[in-house]
Amino acid sequence: MTDRIEKRIELKAPISRVWRALTDYREFGEWFRVKLDGPFVQGQVSRGHITYPGYEHVKWEAVVQKMEPERLFSFTWPHPKSFDKVDHPPDYSQEPTTLVEFRLEKTASGTLLVLTESGFDKLPDDRRLEAFRRNDGGWTQQMKNIENHVAKTS
Amino acid sequence: MAAKRLSGAPVFAALGDNVRLSLIAKLSAGQPHSISQLTKGSRLTRQAITKHLRVLERVGIVHSVHRGRESRFEFDPKPIEETKRYLDDVSQQWDQALNRLKAFVED
Repeated sequence: MTDRIEKRIELKAPISRVWRALTDYREFGEWFRVKLDGPFVQGQVSRGHITYPGYEHVKWEAVVQKMEPERLFSFTWPHPKSFDKVDHPPDYSQEPTTLVEFRLEKTASGTLLVLTESGFDKLPDDRRLEAFRRNDGGWTQQMKNIENHVAKTS
Repeated sequence: MAAKRLSGAPVFAALGDNVRLSLIAKLSAGQPHSISQLTKGSRLTRQAITKHLRVLERVGIVHSVHRGRESRFEFDPKPIEETKRYLDDVSQQWDQALNRLKAFVED
């Protein structure tokens, strides 16, 4: 089990096309399924609401961190405890946030998009969770891994 | 990208310490341990071990069971499994969103 998510996807489209799909608020809304109130502006809060069926009551709120044209688009957003209707809207300012980063790289056939979402914890050292990363040996094995790791580092 | 998101932050924070990971390692074998047993072989004091156990207890990774005058601590995998499931959910939502993006820009 890791504290971050990373995805890599090859897109057969020029980098300028992908950049627009990510950072034009209407285009972003199309594929992400969110209706945004206005354009993304670095350093500012972006607001709107989800259009994904069944979650229309959910508000979108994110803070745009970086917009480096055709390279990096990032924002932070909250992870509330629940998206159930009864609990909504939560006080977003009190919720832990994660950092979402879209990085673009030009390839021969189009664009490589690397998405990361990080900050699920505030760990100073990612490697501490290394042993949780694979869920392939059941708990006993996981714990052996931890034990070995701890033995090595303490 | 909108399904339920249960925050795993407290569990991650509880796991972010080598002493606590080693306590989990000992307890996950299945047997409840007393504080003395957990302190044995460690360079830490009983008080320090107790403090770490309380952190794990707060997020439900360990539970204390009372037997006579002594409490023993046992491991509960559920919070960690839930956190794992939560991350899997978020991960799956990204897969879906990125596939929609792919279809969108390749159209």
